[in-house]
Amino acid sequence: MEFLVASSIGALTAGGVYLILRLRAFPVILGLALLTYGVNIFLFASGRLAINLPPVLSKYADTAYTDPLPQALVLTAIVISFGMTAVLVMVALGAYLNSRSDRIDMDDEPLDRDDEPGSEEAPK
Amino acid sequence: MGDGGVFLFVIALLPFIGALVPGVMIRAGRNACATFTAVPTALALILLMLLAPAVLRGEVIEAELVWLPQLGLSASFFLDGLGLLFAAMILGVGLLITLYARFYLSGDDPMGQFYTYLLLFQGAMLGIVLSNNILLLLIFWELTSLSSFLLIGYWKHLPEGRRGARMALAVTGGGGLAMIGGMLILGNIAGSYNLTDILASGEAIRASEWYLPALILILIGAFTKSAQFPFHFWLPHAMAAPTPVSAYLHSATMVKAGVFLLARMWPALAGTDAWFYLVATTGLVTMVIGAVIALFKDDLKALLAFSTVSHLGLLTMLLGFGTPAAAVAAVFHVINHLTFKAALFMIAGIVDHETHTRDIKRLGGLARLMPVTAVIGTVAALSMAGIPLFNGFVSKEMMLEEAAHTAWFENPWIVPALATLGALFSVAYSFRFIVHVFGGPVRDDYPRQPHDPPAGMYLAPALLAVIVVLIGVMPFLAEPVVAAAVSAVTGTEMSPYLKLWHGLTPALWLSIIAVLGGAVLLWLHRPLARAWDAAPRPEAKAIFDAIMGAAVRLSRMISETLHDGVLSRYLAIMVAASVALGAIAWSGGGLAAPTRTPLPVPPVVAVGWVLLIVATASVVITHRHRFQSLVIISIIGLMISVGFVYLSAPDLALTQISVETVTIILLLLALHFLPKQTPVESSPARRLRDGLLALAAGGGVGAVAYAFLLRDVDAISDYHLANSYEGGGGTNVVNVILVDFRGFDTYGEIIVLGIAGFVIYALTEALLNGTASRRLRQIEYEPDRSRDRHPLMMVIATRVMMPIAVVVGVYIFLRGHNQPGGGFVAGLVISIALLMQYMASGFAWAQARRKFEYHSLIGSGVVIAGLTGAGAWLAGKPFLTSAFGYVHFPPIEEFELATAMLFDLGVFLAVLGAVMLMLHSLSRLARHAGETVNLEPMDFDPRTRAEAEADGKGG
Repeated sequence: MEFLVASSIGALTAGGVYLILRLRAFPVILGLALLTYGVNIFLFASGRLAINLPPVLSKYADTAYTDPLPQALVLTAIVISFGMTAVLVMVALGAYLNSRSDRIDMDDEPLDRDDEPGSEEAPK
Repeated sequence: MGDGGVFLFVIALLPFIGALVPGVMIRAGRNACATFTAVPTALALILLMLLAPAVLRGEVIEAELVWLPQLGLSASFFLDGLGLLFAAMILGVGLLITLYARFYLSGDDPMGQFYTYLLLFQGAMLGIVLSNNILLLLIFWELTSLSSFLLIGYWKHLPEGRRGARMALAVTGGGGLAMIGGMLILGNIAGSYNLTDILASGEAIRASEWYLPALILILIGAFTKSAQFPFHFWLPHAMAAPTPVSAYLHSATMVKAGVFLLARMWPALAGTDAWFYLVATTGLVTMVIGAVIALFKDDLKALLAFSTVSHLGLLTMLLGFGTPAAAVAAVFHVINHLTFKAALFMIAGIVDHETHTRDIKRLGGLARLMPVTAVIGTVAALSMAGIPLFNGFVSKEMMLEEAAHTAWFENPWIVPALATLGALFSVAYSFRFIVHVFGGPVRDDYPRQPHDPPAGMYLAPALLAVIVVLIGVMPFLAEPVVAAAVSAVTGTEMSPYLKLWHGLTPALWLSIIAVLGGAVLLWLHRPLARAWDAAPRPEAKAIFDAIMGAAVRLSRMISETLHDGVLSRYLAIMVAASVALGAIAWSGGGLAAPTRTPLPVPPVVAVGWVLLIVATASVVITHRHRFQSLVIISIIGLMISVGFVYLSAPDLALTQISVETVTIILLLLALHFLPKQTPVESSPARRLRDGLLALAAGGGVGAVAYAFLLRDVDAISDYHLANSYEGGGGTNVVNVILVDFRGFDTYGEIIVLGIAGFVIYALTEALLNGTASRRLRQIEYEPDRSRDRHPLMMVIATRVMMPIAVVVGVYIFLRGHNQPGGGFVAGLVISIALLMQYMASGFAWAQARRKFEYHSLIGSGVVIAGLTGAGAWLAGKPFLTSAFGYVHFPPIEEFELATAMLFDLGVFLAVLGAVMLMLHSLSRLARHAGETVNLEPMDFDPRTRAEAEADGKGG
């Protein structure tokens, strides 16, 4: 089980890093979403894994519980990351509408305008 | 802390409070403004005089306000003889300058601004001389640099003013940075940042191996501030400031801050060879160079500026000698230099004011036209030359006496010779000031016909000239002040004798040589000046500009390499650096043996894992087809939610699944406007590089996770588990942590979320009103869109779902404290229920039925949470302490009411408001882009059609 979780974190991080290194806003947002998943699971996993031990106190039995603190931290992290994603999406959208390109790098080359027909999927 | 201590705080604060006065009073007129500006200064001076008798008796008045004692930070002040002398100078001259500036500034100058800056400076300078904590001293030190910057650049329209201000800030601010380093080292050696402690541990400091670095760094700070060679060049350029500023900051007070610091640190740092050779040599060189250059300056203020440089060098040299007698001379000369130099600057200002020129070559013969000015100027200049019966003579004699006894690298004559040379040039430029400005025949080509100014303008220099003569004739008048100050400098009780006639000492002979030689130099001035102009010499400003230019080029090169606008490069650098740091950390220590046995993997879980890995890979592979990758990414979110359920985190699963839903809706809405494809732009090599980087990062993070998952750790969670029910009144520990243990974090987080919502709203507003608006209208939609945008089935389904979803949301909210759920999840569930209505029936239809502004939902959520937290204050508990009790109504089972639930209500409202505001903003864009507006709940409403048909039949 531990290996599955660790490898998922690794895969999500790798995918996220690859996508945030792309040149367009949308893949970068997707990459950040993947990274967010990875980081959240990483944080969650820092409380170690446990099955069927939810941190909901039982009145009737004296049982063990999993670590609740990372869960609380991750819970707010999930919600906040949604807020962050939304702001990013909005910024990307604004940049695209204003500059007519969703490239994220500033450079002196003329922008590859997406509104010109045929520019999409243009081979390099 | 006695009364004296309270006074000390008031004295330190008065100028800063006073800095507010001119801005208010300027509307009452220039006289009122000047008068009221003088009030705080005068008050502070009176308080200081009340403390003076005790200090002159040898007491030290202390005042301390502890702030962060763990870090050695406290607002502590003390007043000893040295502080008293400087504070009296700062406040006394401050008063005179306030008076003088009233008449000096013209009607066009913003006088309120000037006085505000002046008082700010005064407060900063007072802070330096009164601070008992070196960190506090550093802050005041930097404040003087800043206020000096403002004052030099006061005439913003003059380019030389702006340049001079920048140069002064760069040099003195840079020196201040060096000094911070030195002071921190010093505090480290002494084990305290308290000045009194540091001064008491001089032995340990001088013996420390860090002594030399600390000394050099502190000296850089002091030398830049006091314009010592090779940092002297900023002072003449600072003369672009209005003359009151030059008189106050750049001759009387600020430039003496460096000298003050040397005197202050004398018990801790002085007495070593390093001190002598660094400080005395610098002072000596500065004294001679300053005096020589001053002789060849034609601008009155430039002459005085270089003369100030020279005299500051003299003071530095005296302190560098490190003997108590030299310290006496230094302290005494501080007083004397202040009196004659401030008077001279004011005289130069009067001449400039009356004749409209400061060029000595265009002046002369003013003695007949401006007799009062000429008398004052002559008295002050004779004192500067060191002529008997004026105070400059007495301290210069003492200086030459000390110099005559000093050997430099076992060479007995070089110091006296150079000191005499400096004195000689000093005599020459002082005589030149008198002869070439006031002497000679009256000319008829002044830019403006001069006459004596109004009394208000010469009152201040006249007063100083009186002091010059008084001390010059009766030096013993200054004895008590000098004694107290010198005792503070040397740290031992001293009672020096100041007298006019020392007998036929070597110093007298050196003095006579200097006066005669100076007269000869003046006589030869014309040919000498010609030779000086012809001689090649390094121009300090050019060197400074070259260094600054190189520094700017270097930093531009670095920042343009690292920060060139290519976001993907920064991210790559960041990832690579993180991987490298992780690798270094990893290689640093070994790995203990695993302590946990891995949990078993049931086949269903393995299937989920495969789905997640495959989905991740697919997102990466298909990311160019944006829509497709968006669909696939939701699989990942779903798998993670299921994983949370399996791994005992029901709250997380609920949150993840609902956030996943709104995120996908958000991205879909955004993708509506964005291109649907990502073009291939990066080269295969680039993709290979990124891939390797990604694999390294992912591999590293995965390995770390795998390593810690197999090992146990001491967690603090036992506390939460033990106290959740008893202290927080809830059995869902995660929720209790959110609303109680770490409620303050949660409070911050809902505020952040609310801000994110408002940011998106504001961005939308900007987009709709900007150039993007036109482009939005031009978007052409794909032709294959469904014409039935609000299908019947969906509308009906969402209507049926709405109450169910709301009930689920309320249920999740209510049970949150004891079962998985809570405000976060409930807010998300309700917003999804609302979003479904938007999707089914369209923006306008849903909008018309909205009862609450989303802005106010966010606001009221934050306010409710905040008030709930503040309610704890009423019970005398800290912010966000929750209270709870159990309620029992007969038909229902006993249930619990906790204030934490009210807090959770705030969370719920803020989350709901923020999520709705974000998506609502995006949908506004769509509406702007020409989406048709529907007033009906669905496009094809069978009911209306039936009615229409019925109408048709009937009609």
